[in-house]
Amino acid sequence: MQPVATTFFFYLLAGLAVLGGVLVITRRNAVHSALALILTLLSLAGLYLMLYAPFVAGVQIILYAGGIMVLFLFVIMLVSIEKSQKEEQFNKLWLVGLLAAIALGGLFIGVYVKGKALFPEAKVVLEEGNNTQGIADYLYGHYLFTFEIASLLLLVAIIGAVVMAKKRI
Amino acid sequence: MEALGQISTLHYLVLAAALFVLGVIGVLTRRNVVIILMSIELILNAVNLNLLAFSRLYGLHGQVFSIFVITDAAAEAAVGLGIIIAFFRNKETVNVDEVDLMKW
Amino acid sequence: MFFLDHIWLIPLFPAFGAAVMFFFGRKLQKQTVSIVCVGMVALSFLWACGAVWQYQGWAEANHHQPFQKVMFTWLGTDTGHMNYTTHDGTLAPFQADAGFLLDPLSAIWLLFVTGVGLLIHIYSTGYMAHEGGYYRFFGYLNLFMFSMLTLIMGNNYALMFVGWEGVGLCSYLLIGFYFHRPAASAAANKAFIVNRIGDAGFLLGMFTIAWYFGSLRYVDVNLLARSGHFNIGDPIITAATLLLFVGACGKSAQLPLYVWLPDAMEGPTPVSALIHAATMVTAGVYMVARSNALFVLAPTSMKTVAIVGALTAIFAASIGLVQNDIKRVLAYSTVSQLGYMFLALGVGAFAAGVFHVFTHAFFKALLFLGAGSVIHAMSGEQDMRNMGHLAKKIPTTYRTILIATLAIAGIPPFAGFFSKDEILWQTWSSEGGAYRILWLVGFITALMTAFYMFRLVFLTFYGKPRMDHEVEHHIHESPKSMTVPLVVLAVCAVCAGWLGWPHSLGGSNRFEHYLDPVFAREAQVFQEEGKEAQLVAGEKEEKHTNPLEYGLMFLSVAAAGVGFGLARRYYAAADKGYAEPIEQAAPPVYRTLQNKYYVDEAYDYVFTGRRKIGDVRLGAMGLGEASSWVDAKVIDGTVNGAGRITRLSGKISSWWDKWIIDGLLVNGLALITHPLSWFARLLQWGLVQWYALVMVVGLVGFVAYYAWR
Repeated sequence: MQPVATTFFFYLLAGLAVLGGVLVITRRNAVHSALALILTLLSLAGLYLMLYAPFVAGVQIILYAGGIMVLFLFVIMLVSIEKSQKEEQFNKLWLVGLLAAIALGGLFIGVYVKGKALFPEAKVVLEEGNNTQGIADYLYGHYLFTFEIASLLLLVAIIGAVVMAKKRI
Repeated sequence: MEALGQISTLHYLVLAAALFVLGVIGVLTRRNVVIILMSIELILNAVNLNLLAFSRLYGLHGQVFSIFVITDAAAEAAVGLGIIIAFFRNKETVNVDEVDLMKW
Repeated sequence: MFFLDHIWLIPLFPAFGAAVMFFFGRKLQKQTVSIVCVGMVALSFLWACGAVWQYQGWAEANHHQPFQKVMFTWLGTDTGHMNYTTHDGTLAPFQADAGFLLDPLSAIWLLFVTGVGLLIHIYSTGYMAHEGGYYRFFGYLNLFMFSMLTLIMGNNYALMFVGWEGVGLCSYLLIGFYFHRPAASAAANKAFIVNRIGDAGFLLGMFTIAWYFGSLRYVDVNLLARSGHFNIGDPIITAATLLLFVGACGKSAQLPLYVWLPDAMEGPTPVSALIHAATMVTAGVYMVARSNALFVLAPTSMKTVAIVGALTAIFAASIGLVQNDIKRVLAYSTVSQLGYMFLALGVGAFAAGVFHVFTHAFFKALLFLGAGSVIHAMSGEQDMRNMGHLAKKIPTTYRTILIATLAIAGIPPFAGFFSKDEILWQTWSSEGGAYRILWLVGFITALMTAFYMFRLVFLTFYGKPRMDHEVEHHIHESPKSMTVPLVVLAVCAVCAGWLGWPHSLGGSNRFEHYLDPVFAREAQVFQEEGKEAQLVAGEKEEKHTNPLEYGLMFLSVAAAGVGFGLARRYYAAADKGYAEPIEQAAPPVYRTLQNKYYVDEAYDYVFTGRRKIGDVRLGAMGLGEASSWVDAKVIDGTVNGAGRITRLSGKISSWWDKWIIDGLLVNGLALITHPLSWFARLLQWGLVQWYALVMVVGLVGFVAYYAWR
């Protein structure tokens, strides 16, 4: 039996996240979209905490809400938003796209409900106290090779970003 | 209230599906390429939420994976935004449907 | 043995100087340039002195063998992978060392090249002080020293050829030093091209030697040549030596390739002194002397050398009689003296020839440097008709030139007397007198030499002043850097001959004995051969009789005296518009001499083709015109014909291409494909989002299928 607060916070955070998501895709001003996205990210960080993943939640706040979103805001600053604000925001096929996406979502939910019985009832015990240590054990042990590849990926991304953004190489 | 009160994995999956659908809608309908990138972030976060929800059932592997996903998201954002800057410099626009060079 | 072991440094010092000038010269101060370049030559000179001094000790202990120092193999290999077949079918390695050889012959050249070179370098610091391209000049001079030292120190013909081409290049660069003057660059081209003819001869001779002896090393070739395997008069050796002599003719300005040397006077005067009087032009003499073992096996070549030498001597001397440009007189004098040297070599008196090279280096360098000093004083005037009465105004120059003139005219006890007299005596006495006609030629040349040299002195330093007032006002003695080398050279011009003081005058002829290890055997062979010739002719052997030698000596001194007297009579009081005695006596002769026997014109008609005979052009340009005609009419006609055929076939193939290939096959297929591809084209929007939409729709389809199948 869970405390009632859990239910409350789930719906609160889920609502904020969905609200943020809706705002992201509907705002005219890209800065507003970015701020809405930050709202979503922070709500999700809260949900991660509820899922016994404090480390991922921290990473989510620091890296996503802190790092990546600042990057977004910089780029919005670099490209002129005034001009794009005055233009049509949605493309010609927006209705088809909307319908297709909603159909996809409906399908997902249908599948989840249909396959609900497949999920194990018993939850594993995740100790919050040594969560970071556990992740670190996996990262530098079982997933070491993957980890190195990820670092290589970041290096490539850095070089790629510099090459793209530079005026003249 | 029981069904509503008991927050199960399914709740999280439905939330993730909702965010995913919102992201897809953004990607499919918006013209502003910056917002399209943000929508992609939304999709990635939906995936992360899925991973963490399942990690509640199966153990820490999901959390480790979500770290990798965040890494990928960072790389993708850096490169994507670089492309946007180059794109804007050449075309003076951020509208994705004004790029149709792939059409013969 | 320090100097001897590091003998390879001698050419490298000036090479270093040249490299410094090449890379950094533009940025250096004139003073730095002087210190580096003169210093490098001074080092070479000191090192050469040390090496020669140590060689004496070494030679005592080693049976007077030549000293060799092989650094490495620079051409070919010593592993036997690159062999070629010699004339008798054996294999010989294709190989040339970067090796150095020191024997009395190269020692003499080494000493006077570095010594005279040093003095001329010092002189140049004064002479060129106000000229542009100072560093360039000294860079070239140092490069020349390097090449010349390579030439004389190499231990094989290939390395000698490297130096040979190097000095040719430097000669070209320095003659054309004032390259903005068309005459200078034309003279440089002439020198270079004429030298190429000689070089071709040298190369062919070298190849012949390589083919016949299987080696290019002097030591190997000499050993084989002296081994007795080859008959005297061997045709291959005769051919090789004649080819080598063609090379010597080019480099040492002998008939018929002498034409470049008088024109080479367009270069700066120190260059004329160093390259075109003292050192480079004696390279041919060196080469013939170095190949003496081969030459004695080829009497025909020896006779050719002697006759060409004698003819050159008198030919050039006669032109020198009437020239008015002070440097040209000296140039023809140089050609004439080189002729003497070859005469000596040709009659088998190698040591006498080398001795004359040695003494000539000093007094001719002195004459040129003195002439440079005169020109310097006269503000660039070279025409002796506009000189006169300079003796008091530039006394040092006057005295040194006078000494050199006495030396070249053969007045005892100056240097030229000993060497020239030795040559004349050897010509008289060798082969039992077969060459006495050449002695007569040499004797007349000696008279002419005395005449034109004293004519030069009288016209320049005596008589009435014939220059402009402006020029007269500026006459001044040259700076110390120029007069000191003059004085040193004057001392050498007096004393150098004493080294070869002949037996008949109570001396010991140390010079000839010093060269004995190189020449003695050959001289003997040659004399024996001469004996045979005498037997055939039925003549008695001419004894080396003192009375006759004294008589000849007296005769040649008397000839010098007569030359002096004639010159004094006609020129001692020359005023403006003075009369040339030859012109008054025989105007056609004078005109012929003044125009140098029209040799340049004849060459223009026959070889270069710059002048036409009627409508016909001969020579190189004639060949060019002929080949131009062939090119225009025959080759181009063929080309145009081929072109027309090609155009016709092109038209046919164009029609085929346009209507059949393009029209039917390409465009026809495209026309069919176009409507067929209508549906596929419809899907190609080119917009990313539409593709993404299709993806999503597909995803929906797949998920639906797998969820409810």
